[in-house]
Amino acid sequence: MSIRSEPLAAIGRFPRRSASVGVWLDRQSVFSWLMMAPPLLFLAALVGYPLCYGILLSLQDRPVAHPGTFVGLKNFATNANDPIFWRVVFNTFFYTAVATLLKMVGGLALALAMNQQFPLKNLVRALLLLPFIVPTVLSTVAWMWILDPAFSVLNWLLVALGVPKPGPSWLGNPILAMLSIILINTWRGLPYYGITLLAGLQTVPPELYEAATIDGAGGWQRFRYVTLPLLRPIILIVTLFSVIFTFADFQLVYVLTHGGPQNATQLFATYAFDIAMGAGQLGLGASVALAMLPALALLIVALTIYLRRG
Amino acid sequence: MVTGYGPVERVVRLWLPVGFFLVLALFPFYWMAITSVKPNAELYNTHMMPLFVHHPTLKHYIDLLTETSFLTWTWNTMLVAVVSTAISLVFGVMLAYPLARMRFAGAGLIAMTVAAVYLVPQPLLFIPLADLINRLDLGNTLTAVILTYPTMLVPFCAWLLLGYFKTVPMELEEAARIDGASRLQTMRRIFLPLCTPGFISAGIFAFTLSQNEFLYALIFLTKSAVRTVPVGVIAELIRGDVFYWGQLMAGALLGSIPVAIIYSFFVEHYVAGLTSGSVKG
Repeated sequence: MSIRSEPLAAIGRFPRRSASVGVWLDRQSVFSWLMMAPPLLFLAALVGYPLCYGILLSLQDRPVAHPGTFVGLKNFATNANDPIFWRVVFNTFFYTAVATLLKMVGGLALALAMNQQFPLKNLVRALLLLPFIVPTVLSTVAWMWILDPAFSVLNWLLVALGVPKPGPSWLGNPILAMLSIILINTWRGLPYYGITLLAGLQTVPPELYEAATIDGAGGWQRFRYVTLPLLRPIILIVTLFSVIFTFADFQLVYVLTHGGPQNATQLFATYAFDIAMGAGQLGLGASVALAMLPALALLIVALTIYLRRG
Repeated sequence: MVTGYGPVERVVRLWLPVGFFLVLALFPFYWMAITSVKPNAELYNTHMMPLFVHHPTLKHYIDLLTETSFLTWTWNTMLVAVVSTAISLVFGVMLAYPLARMRFAGAGLIAMTVAAVYLVPQPLLFIPLADLINRLDLGNTLTAVILTYPTMLVPFCAWLLLGYFKTVPMELEEAARIDGASRLQTMRRIFLPLCTPGFISAGIFAFTLSQNEFLYALIFLTKSAVRTVPVGVIAELIRGDVFYWGQLMAGALLGSIPVAIIYSFFVEHYVAGLTSGSVKG
């Protein structure tokens, strides 16, 4: 006699397997590894292998379309003696640090402003995320036109406000060019911070604020001692994500400044691209790209461990 | 919040900051749109008030669609995005389901590897991949990008789906097992149909990420006939130092619209994925 009176309709028709192959296939470990094998092999072939091959390339003198010759650490020594390389190191760290800070502070402000009841809130939230979802290259082209040397609408506004004509040369001046790429990266990444933090804010139980208010906490104290500690895990994860992808940024700089003027906005990724694809030095280019690895590996390991815990 | 505010305070606390962020976020899109319908006489006239258009024209759109391969690029972009999203969802499920439901030695290690692979940025891989694609003779084929986009999309989908799968109750699967379904049948017929919202979240993300991809497309696709929109716009509408700003803005706007439409249909799924994918994992 059956224990359950009526089997689920959808699964009553499963054929019984009798062969021992079926039993073997149904073992958890066998099923899991068979299932995971195709994607894992795919990733091994197109991520694992290129990563190792990149390390090998960085140890070679390897002009494009020629066989490479092993040169040991010569490429890394070349980089160490290359003033542009050190400029790139500085630029990348500076760009990442400032842009991340701006996104964090701006994103928090956005989240706090949005964490109120108002009409059309969902529509506003959807519109605010647009910079993050539109292809970066296309929005960067719009920024390029906004900052155009001759026809900049931003300068038109500044001149109207009293700045002497023709206004700043945003992409021609090394310092302003760096400022420009930082601000555009912030423009694009800030909504990601803001909307993620907003989701975090909405999980804070209102009773905590009420309790803090009863205990005499003012607005700033409620933020400092209730909101911020509860948001800390989310801020940490979003920041690590953002740092990794800002550190390795390519598109924005390639489109807006090509690393110029005079390498003032050159980052690891654009410099490696110039050397490998422009000058055809695959080995040297790979060594520049790999120079990102220590910092990135540290971040990736930290984030991976954190994600596993959480 | 705890206390209500007066109307003045509400303007300061709510409408000023929200308005500021809205204008900041949307101005570049307004500027794309307005530029794309301005005649050249207005575009390059510094004496005219630039914020509005005085004599709108569709000339830039017509030029873009007739004189460049923009439609081909759009087709290529869509094709690549759809195929690589499909591959990534299938592979993502194949990774996420065992990790979410099965107990086996090495599961923790695989989960960490998948997370780590997701975080490996493309600039670390593009030089060896370029060499690999050349050796496979796949340069200037859409296969090159269809193969390489999933390297970032598969771990991403797997990670997002893993988080989603863990929220699905196990009772139905257990019932199916008791009724004699194999693990594969349980997964395909009982479990996966329950996970549509997760697939939509992961699918939209993968789709927007594919549309956004630039580095691999720039390196692998150097012929107009195989280019995607971002690469086509950068490589062919900027010729030397000459910028066709009207066409560029028309291209940027048209290239953004498919993503924006899909996003607007599924914005709640997108936000859910954004917050769960990165936060809970």
